[in-house]
Amino acid sequence: MVKKSSMAAAAEELGPAPGIQAAIAAASCCAKRGTRHTSGPGNPLNALPLGKLGALPISARGRAGLTYLKASQWRVGAGLGGAPGEVTGRQPPIAWGGGALRATGQLARSSEWRLVRSSDRWDNSEAAVRLSEGAGLRGAMIRRVLPHGLGRGLLTRRPGTRRGGFSLDWDGKVSEIKKKIKSILPGTPCDVLPDTSHLPPEHSDVVVVGGGVLGLSVAYWLKQLENRRGGMRVLVVERDHTYSQASTGLSVGGICQQFSLPENIQLSLFSASFLRNINEYLAVTNAPPLDLQFNPSGYLLLASEKDAAAMESNVKVQKQEGAKVCLMSPDQLRNKFPWINTEGVALASYGMENEGWFDPWCLLHGLRQKLMSMGVFFCQGEVTRFVTSSQRMMTTDDEMVTLKSIHEVHVKMDHSLEYQPVECAIVINAAGAWSAQIAALAGIGKGPPGTLQGTKLPVEPRKRYVYVWHCPQGPGLETPLVADTSGAYFRREGLGSNYLGGRSPAEEEEPDPANLEVDHDFFQEKVWPHLALRVPAFETLKVQTAWAGYYDYNTFDQNGVVGPHPLVVNMYFATGFSGHGLQQAPGVGRAVAEMILEGSFQTIDLSPFLFNRFYLGEKTQENNIM
Amino acid sequence: MTQGANGQSLRLVAPMWNGTRGIHRLGGAVVPEGNQKKERKMLQFLNNHFYDVEALRGYLLQREMSKVHLKNRSFTWLEEQHGPYSAGAFFILKQGGAVKFRDKEWIRPDKYGHFSPEFWNFREVPVEAVDASDCEINYEGLDNLLLLKELQSLSLQRCPHVDDWCLSRLYPLADSLQELSLAGCPRVSERGLACLHHLQNLRRLDISDLPAVSNPGLTQILVEEMLPNCQVVGVDWAEGLKLGPEEQPQDTASPVPA
Repeated sequence: MVKKSSMAAAAEELGPAPGIQAAIAAASCCAKRGTRHTSGPGNPLNALPLGKLGALPISARGRAGLTYLKASQWRVGAGLGGAPGEVTGRQPPIAWGGGALRATGQLARSSEWRLVRSSDRWDNSEAAVRLSEGAGLRGAMIRRVLPHGLGRGLLTRRPGTRRGGFSLDWDGKVSEIKKKIKSILPGTPCDVLPDTSHLPPEHSDVVVVGGGVLGLSVAYWLKQLENRRGGMRVLVVERDHTYSQASTGLSVGGICQQFSLPENIQLSLFSASFLRNINEYLAVTNAPPLDLQFNPSGYLLLASEKDAAAMESNVKVQKQEGAKVCLMSPDQLRNKFPWINTEGVALASYGMENEGWFDPWCLLHGLRQKLMSMGVFFCQGEVTRFVTSSQRMMTTDDEMVTLKSIHEVHVKMDHSLEYQPVECAIVINAAGAWSAQIAALAGIGKGPPGTLQGTKLPVEPRKRYVYVWHCPQGPGLETPLVADTSGAYFRREGLGSNYLGGRSPAEEEEPDPANLEVDHDFFQEKVWPHLALRVPAFETLKVQTAWAGYYDYNTFDQNGVVGPHPLVVNMYFATGFSGHGLQQAPGVGRAVAEMILEGSFQTIDLSPFLFNRFYLGEKTQENNIM
Repeated sequence: MTQGANGQSLRLVAPMWNGTRGIHRLGGAVVPEGNQKKERKMLQFLNNHFYDVEALRGYLLQREMSKVHLKNRSFTWLEEQHGPYSAGAFFILKQGGAVKFRDKEWIRPDKYGHFSPEFWNFREVPVEAVDASDCEINYEGLDNLLLLKELQSLSLQRCPHVDDWCLSRLYPLADSLQELSLAGCPRVSERGLACLHHLQNLRRLDISDLPAVSNPGLTQILVEEMLPNCQVVGVDWAEGLKLGPEEQPQDTASPVPA
């Protein structure tokens, strides 16, 4: 039987992110010597000798606690490399015999000892004080082996004891012995090494920038499609682990196949089948099955006279691709949905299967859980720099072109200057609304405008509002997600006559995306009139709440960017989906994974979504976004 | 539907899976009692501490799922050979359900799973009623069920894999379906019931004992509003207020064709 380390076991029970990383940290007992990048007063070489100890506060044992060394012994570990890819400690090289050095609550003898402050992350209050005899490390080990009562009692001075004598504190000694044994046993967190569980690993095959549904989907498919189990190390870097501004969580959660591009339809169809079989794809033993809360109520798109022809041709394409969509005339609409006012509606398309809405948090959580069980690393930090290396090559037209490749990603920790350089082979830009910044870090767009080097990634954050209102006489249980001719949309929420909806503002009235504040006047003036016109029952409604979220809006053609960049050869994009990223995430994730692992799209051909189109000026326009 | 000793109807969760207390069940889906709980805890402990156990459980889970998939494969060749009605009937009978052709008697498999092959001759006779209670039909298997274009009565009681997605697939039967029973399906929720509004010819709908419906009384009212010509059976709107002395009519027998 292969025993899991108890950290991994505990992580499975509790489920938080650092389980696997911490297990690796605990398991590695070599420290690779190297200079790390902590700035600030974290240098343990600034050991402060203190005089005779008074009663100093001693920290509780814990992973954040202890680094202390004897002055003569701090260079251990020199030349002992950790295995490549091991989580390595940060600055303080560690003394051997770590087990001996543990805070137990006893005060040290006042002869030579050092107070060592660990890195700037830990406060003074957590620094530990420890006894080490002048005789050195071996002495300390011998002392550890000696039974407490004899060895210690003779040599230590404890608070509360009178000078010259010692008392046998049997219970205290028993608990100390137990603690020591427990700490020496394998599998328990080794307190001596500095805690690096918050840092990402030093090497990673793939770094996914952005932990939203697209990033996690790419990571999932990379691990799913890799040839050998454990063949790829994937690191997901997410700046905000609360996902407070991430588009995934703030999304309305709809999925529909009513697009004009066949690729979009195929992506949505695959995503629908992914969601339907989510408990097979994302099965984790011992975890309860996921309940996506999927409402299969469908989408109803309404078209005015001038859009009717386009809608008809779209529906034809959709039916060809296998979507179950039907066209309805205004009479049929009135028959089926008596609460609709069909004034101004010439045609409607109604999706009957595989369309509806679901809970995006559940999908995110399910992906995260599955990824943790597959061994993907998660890190909370911000990508601040890409270190690239370039190579000049000659094209077939005898032009010199500079190809760059990213070989290091600097991940900066929250509220600190500390960063970890992660060596990587591939970087995936799934940063959503902030993808342009990540692309700029890699030098995409730095060049004369009009050239390939000067083509920026045209993805920017756009703020969209969603309002929740209550209307007791509103449409019934069978209400689909209705998208009006004016662009306003609404859907039912739950059993209690609550509805939510919104509208995309026109270009000139785009709100400022600097924050996620909600503009309630927008509802009053721009959304409500259209809703009330379309559904007369909505004339009496009461807004309960509202929120705002970002679209990662592709200003070029409102369709996603997928695939590698022509010049930065190992950066792959999975972003820019302008409001339909959630419903296409499984398909896009698989496409990017196929691109990375096989070199080309295997199942759904997303070549119209490559980056090149921005330079070549070929728009793959999607007409049906909301 | 099970009745407890004191006459209260129990939530229907366990019975369809009480064949084996398999270690390969998805955790959390079955309600264990007593010894089963200890076993489950032991299993979870082993699973958390040994990779082998985890891998074994994962493998058994996959095997179970592939068994269900195999049962629900499409019988397109049969459809070409013998027509849609016979192919659909064969699918139901293979799963363990019962079929009634128009003007004929019910055909049921016996306890060994054998059934009489007379229906292969009924090429043009449409199937009127299907009793697929306790069958392992899932979304893909509905492909075969939807071949029966003139179905009038369908009973999907206690089917463990029928969920909201499946209900959204029933609309092709809208012209003929008059009776539908979903009693006891553990995965059907009010969201799936919302897409039954396509079935405008439905006269009798049984939605009793659905554990996944969050608010049965309110759901019953909303479904009644949605299907004005249909008699919605199964949930007393006062449920939760007090338990009446007599329970709802739970039809465990074959549904009577309307």
